[in-house]
Amino acid sequence: MIRFDALLVALVVASALGVVAAQHHARKLFTELERQQARAHGLEVEWGQLQLEQSTWAAHARVEKLAREKLGMRPPVSAQVIVVEPQS
Amino acid sequence: MSKQRPVTFNHNPLLKRELPAWRPRFVLLALLGCSLALVGRAAYLQGINNAFLQAKGESRYARVIEVPATRGRITDRNGDMLAVSTPVRSVWAIPSDAKLEPADTRKLAALLEMNVAELNDRLSSGRDFVYLKRQLSPDLAERIAELKLPGIHQQQEYRRYYPGGEVTAHMLGFTGVEDKGQEGIELAYEKILAGAPGSRRVIKDRRGQIVEDVESIRPPREGEDVVLSMDGKIQYLAYTALRDAMQEHKAKAGAAVVLDARTGEVLALANAPTFNPNNRSNLTGAQLRNRAFTDAFEPGSVMKPFIVGMALERGKVKPSTVIDTAPGRMTIGTATISDSHRMGALTVAEVIQKSSNIGTVKIALQFSPDEMWHLFEQLGFGAPLNLGFPGETGGRVRPAKSWRPIEQATMSYGHGISMSLIQIARAYMVFARDGELIPLSLTKVDGLPSNGRRVFSPQTVKEMRAMLETVTEAGGTATRAHVAGYRVGGKTGTALKIEGGVYTKKYVASFVGFAPASNPRLVVAVMIDEPTAGGYYAGTVAGPVFSRIMEGSLRTLGVAPDKPLAPLQLARKPGEVATATQARENM
Repeated sequence: MIRFDALLVALVVASALGVVAAQHHARKLFTELERQQARAHGLEVEWGQLQLEQSTWAAHARVEKLAREKLGMRPPVSAQVIVVEPQS
Repeated sequence: MSKQRPVTFNHNPLLKRELPAWRPRFVLLALLGCSLALVGRAAYLQGINNAFLQAKGESRYARVIEVPATRGRITDRNGDMLAVSTPVRSVWAIPSDAKLEPADTRKLAALLEMNVAELNDRLSSGRDFVYLKRQLSPDLAERIAELKLPGIHQQQEYRRYYPGGEVTAHMLGFTGVEDKGQEGIELAYEKILAGAPGSRRVIKDRRGQIVEDVESIRPPREGEDVVLSMDGKIQYLAYTALRDAMQEHKAKAGAAVVLDARTGEVLALANAPTFNPNNRSNLTGAQLRNRAFTDAFEPGSVMKPFIVGMALERGKVKPSTVIDTAPGRMTIGTATISDSHRMGALTVAEVIQKSSNIGTVKIALQFSPDEMWHLFEQLGFGAPLNLGFPGETGGRVRPAKSWRPIEQATMSYGHGISMSLIQIARAYMVFARDGELIPLSLTKVDGLPSNGRRVFSPQTVKEMRAMLETVTEAGGTATRAHVAGYRVGGKTGTALKIEGGVYTKKYVASFVGFAPASNPRLVVAVMIDEPTAGGYYAGTVAGPVFSRIMEGSLRTLGVAPDKPLAPLQLARKPGEVATATQARENM
């Protein structure tokens, strides 16, 4: 009888320890999940900032200025335009 | 009795208790009462009224945190960013906690780009909460956080950036500090862009780490992106052409609109003067005004083609019908109207080409006020377009019953009636679309709209287009509106401005037209308010702006030329170059 009781007590203790371990594990995983979600959010934000930067570099005013001043480009005058027609 | 009697002190009379019998009972009862009260209280707290304490306990470590939703982006039709929200940080302080060393204060002031004196001033204020600086870049905020100063805190906010700056300012509008739309598309599409923050309940451990998600109270709804019908390149073209013309003619204001005739999309909408939405200090009302939408003006001769179109439609005239406009003056009732110069006998086509007021009035007076009013109503004048844009005006068209003959006459050449630039541009879609009017759209449209409303027959429109083309050809009022390589049709409008009910010597010059005339793709409308230098006639002021915008837009969209460039070269096979004459034969 006493042996049986001891067995039960051991089982209860083991189960209690198991619960604690599982809880701990769950918390660790959750913290990890949190971290990854924060990272995803951070990357999203960074993407937005990069897009912003890209559109600032590619602003039409800037491109035009560079093309005209640095590269010496200009719109073609009509004499320089050659129209390519599809063969019908 | 034995001899050895034990000594019993009990019997010592000195020690003899002489307590009254009730005292021990009283103490016993009192103790019992106390313990009963404790047990009762414990039972009450533990069993009966436990919810309150449980809630209290939980609140020591459970927190509701807000999950922010980011505002949607606005892009142009090609996906280029026009407005993006990005997190920034605001630095605030609790002055009573912020006891800084002078060296730290100097470091902080340098990072915040503030005076040490100004910073000290804020830190010594009596309030519990002061902002030191709002909307700092994340890098800078990080460096401030690294100083680990007591009483200095940060909070995250969002700031909206507009890479297009003043080019797209009026179309997009802007948001306030709380990231809520206040003008333009930002306001019109607030519901879609804004999203809604969510919230969830979590349990934090004593280091502030979230250890358990208790429940998600509300998931955040992220703001949706809005794709505009605007084409960034065309918008830039329209804006620069308008800005240059404003400077050249020292004008007070101006606006330009580019519409896609096939879909009704607004490809560009520019206003001047403008503002930089990224830095909105020192703004004036004039800068903020989106004239193309919110200002109604008397359009002048731009109205004439509609009257002539109706006369063709009803068979009252043909393009070749001759109308005598001599002697250049005409009296209706007590008022006299006149042409800018004497033109004599003109055909209907020439009335349009040379913009004769008298010719148009003679055509218009063949109609009843009701018929004219109905035409205006069909063309969408007098009622806002309802595109959802804030502050849209519908212009002013008085009910036909109140028209006097002179008013009917002046309305035919665009005085005594007012409308916004976007309304005129839309009305010109009837000439660009074989007589149909379609609703406009500020957002990108997939497929072709089918809900058109017929105003003129295709035959009438064909004749009108031929007439409107002559306006930009030799002998017309706007030869400078021509575009190399394309056939262009349009009409000038030089209107006197009304101020306080009286016509002044100030002008509004406008030009509305379409191209290519053989199969119109674009409608462009330009309005220049009060040009004071380099002429005031629409042909010289608005015409060149129209030409510049139209030429660039057609090239951007890759529309095939329908008129030979002089001299046009055609490449058909490598090495062989055709001449312009051959090109015409091949078309």
